[in-house]
Amino acid sequence: MPKKPEVVTLSVNGVPESVAAEPRLTLLDALRDELRLTGTKKVCDMGDCGSCTVLVDGRAVYSCLTLVMDCEGQEITTIEGLSRDGELDPVQRAFIEADAFQCGFCTPGQIMSLRGLLNATPTPSDAEIKRAVTGNLCRCGAYLNIVKAGHLAVELQWKVATQ
Amino acid sequence: MTMLHIDKLRRGHGTEDEYKVVELDPLPRWGADAALAIVGRPHVRVEGTEKVTGRARYAYDMRLPGQLFARVLRSPLPHARIKRIDISKAEALPGVHAVLCVENAPEIGWYRDSFVFDRTLRFAGEEVAAVAAESERIADDAIRLIEVEYESLPFVIDFQEALKPDAPKLREAGNLVDEPKVYERGHVAAGLREADVVVDRVYTTQVAHHNCLEPHGCTADWEGDRLTLWDSTQSVFDVRQQVAEKLGLPEHHVRVVKQFMGGGFGSKQIAWKHDVIAALLSQRSGRPVQLMLDREAENLAVGNRNPTRQHLRLGAKRDGTLTAIAVEIEQGAGAHMAGGEGSETAGMYQTLYRCPNVRTEQCVVYTNTGPAVAFRAPGHVEAAFALEQAMDELARRLEIDPIELRLRNYTERNQLEEEPYTSPDSLRLCYQRAAEAFGWRGYQRPPATGSKRRGIGFAAHDWGGSGYPPGYAWVKLNSDGTADVVTGTQDIGTGTRTALTQVAAEELGLSMDSVDLHLGDTANGPYAPVSSGSATQATIGPAVRAAAADAKKQLLEAASKYLEAPPERLRVRDGKIFVEGEPEDRAVPVGDVTAAIAPHMIQGRGARGPNPEGKSVRTFGAQCVEVEVDVETGDVTVLRVVASHDCGRIINPTMVEAQVIGAVTQGIGYALTEGRVVDERFGVVLNANLEEYKVPTVADVPPIEHAEVNVPDPEANPTGAKGIGEPPLVPTAPAIANAIFDAIGVRAYDLPLSRHRIFELLAAGPAGGERAEVSA
Repeated sequence: MPKKPEVVTLSVNGVPESVAAEPRLTLLDALRDELRLTGTKKVCDMGDCGSCTVLVDGRAVYSCLTLVMDCEGQEITTIEGLSRDGELDPVQRAFIEADAFQCGFCTPGQIMSLRGLLNATPTPSDAEIKRAVTGNLCRCGAYLNIVKAGHLAVELQWKVATQ
Repeated sequence: MTMLHIDKLRRGHGTEDEYKVVELDPLPRWGADAALAIVGRPHVRVEGTEKVTGRARYAYDMRLPGQLFARVLRSPLPHARIKRIDISKAEALPGVHAVLCVENAPEIGWYRDSFVFDRTLRFAGEEVAAVAAESERIADDAIRLIEVEYESLPFVIDFQEALKPDAPKLREAGNLVDEPKVYERGHVAAGLREADVVVDRVYTTQVAHHNCLEPHGCTADWEGDRLTLWDSTQSVFDVRQQVAEKLGLPEHHVRVVKQFMGGGFGSKQIAWKHDVIAALLSQRSGRPVQLMLDREAENLAVGNRNPTRQHLRLGAKRDGTLTAIAVEIEQGAGAHMAGGEGSETAGMYQTLYRCPNVRTEQCVVYTNTGPAVAFRAPGHVEAAFALEQAMDELARRLEIDPIELRLRNYTERNQLEEEPYTSPDSLRLCYQRAAEAFGWRGYQRPPATGSKRRGIGFAAHDWGGSGYPPGYAWVKLNSDGTADVVTGTQDIGTGTRTALTQVAAEELGLSMDSVDLHLGDTANGPYAPVSSGSATQATIGPAVRAAAADAKKQLLEAASKYLEAPPERLRVRDGKIFVEGEPEDRAVPVGDVTAAIAPHMIQGRGARGPNPEGKSVRTFGAQCVEVEVDVETGDVTVLRVVASHDCGRIINPTMVEAQVIGAVTQGIGYALTEGRVVDERFGVVLNANLEEYKVPTVADVPPIEHAEVNVPDPEANPTGAKGIGEPPLVPTAPAIANAIFDAIGVRAYDLPLSRHRIFELLAAGPAGGERAEVSA
């Protein structure tokens, strides 16, 4: 008989959740299949593309390379948790205004990578913005506007902070 | 209103000369002087909020009650027969609800001569069995429990090897797909004799993978004998027709829905096996089934850009006038002909330059590799790499500027049909705008020295992108004066929703906020064709406009009673109805009129009219590129790209620029880093993942400037807009190759222009790199 799966408790977008975690269950599959938060995308499932990026305790990580068993007590933020009270996050607004996506499939990952950057570095350089999304593939080729959106997000965030 | 008139009955899919719209009110064409308030202006994507919040629901995001997840067992061998297959252990695994294989699945024909589950497997990655289970992990476990005994068969991977008489055969009849396709005008032998200079070269292009970030796949669910598929597809109506046919269902019992998709680039324009397999697994298990391919399968089984070998002879007089274009093309199809848009590598040789003597021969070859399928401008991308490098070589030999050489061979007519173009000056404009924006200064000489050498390159192209009938749209005016526009087309990420909303809002005189566009659902909206061939905007834009005009006409008739003025004197603007020549305060909101007639509803219907007779609608483009080659490492860095493309009227500059920049970005990947690698000893793909298959990253993209042409083509259709999705990918690779030659004096004839390849060419030196000419 297989061992009874452990139950992992974690916070997802501020909501306490518990997931019956079989040892190989990734955070990505837990989010998409168990918690039905499908905004986080599954593309390569091996850490090559960045589409599954979420924040763990504010830091951007690949959820496909994170086992949910290792997330006990951690605070997870997904794309669904970025907007507050219907108000879009500055990074989200910047992506719309700068047209930083076409099909939109890589977009949640790109946004979370930049959110992670801005959490740690509120006024990043161009090089830092590029480095933050270097691991996020976009097959439609929206990179130039993604970088623009990164800069715009810095501005928008600054405006929000000084209002 | 009668929407169409059928000239003669057809079998299969119709062509425009058989199927004509006749009883449409002719729309005044939006020419260059049309005063438009919404069309032609930037607008952010109407679905932007859904996409940045994770609320946009893709095929992969369907989560239905009781839904199962499917996985597919694929052939590990490139050519084999299944001698024995045992699925009993997989079926017995807790959590598994259905297993299908050749032993228990219905025999359903697929491709030209195969089956959904075939006993003969013709490439490593071909479908052997499928499992539906309560999670992808359980399905993966079950797949490993399936026991298969294969009889390995001789196989051939390289398409040139496959042409040899003693090559292993995929089929009894041999490896040639069809008889070679020959096109000929004039006499190339005479043209070559007449030539003062002949460029005679062989070029090869590689297999490239689409690698859409959302893999191919769908979710299938039955209610009684009715099937719904949420599919990641470029054509809901084609998938419905194909799946209905394969499963023996009437079309109205199959509904195909596609609201959002994570990329297609041509590879999702047909029904693939997973559509039918998911439906069968769902039927068998009595549960909804989601079958999304994993990344490896995505790289093995659902299409790629075909490899080519092109032997080109280009003859010209001393003044640069082309006297002959002769090309023999061999291209690999993979193991099956997948269907959809064909890859006509021969096409651009026949049309791009004025030349009386042209002969193209194209033969397509089966190999034991995954099937090819259309990939963004199929055929033209491959042809451009050869033709545009040969033109560059010719220019250098004749010491004529490469743009000047192209101008000397300019054509204002489509030489296939001997018809004038509706936009005869467009290509010239593309040359001019690209050259101006880039600051084209001709080639430097002598070649640069030092370890990092810069060079510039130029390339041009043509493409279709005219759009075509049929395609339909409806407009419903709601009681509050808002409008719902309904059409069966799809937005594959290109901005179709936004641009069509702009067309509808413009014609209706409503604001963007007052118009919602609904698409991608066979059960909710009239027929629209596949989103391929850069045709969507030029096909459905006019249909949407016609439907809006029809609704507006009815609205004004109703308003004429309300405003006591004849409908001819009424205008709609900014959501208000004005009486021409009377004070603006007499204007009434559209919502007042629609409320007054509610619950009666105004419904407009529109169809795509025919393309012009006796004229040819085409798109054109040109690109300038600057590169830097590090001769110590072989690294090529693209420093900047200027792209100028004719797509008629630009409906939304933001969307068009995104298409141009995105396509150039894909072109850079195709030119420098992308390519399938197959181990020819075992016939397996070595880089079926996103780590070793190198698509461009943010670090690889230089500044890319879109030098707009934006000349409306009102003869093409009433909106004056043509396609832009595919064309900007076409000239990027040859422009880069030409720039590399300019930098290092060595020409690269084989894609991709990887660091390794450039290094080899550099080691051989200019003389060694200059591949010996093939004798004519």
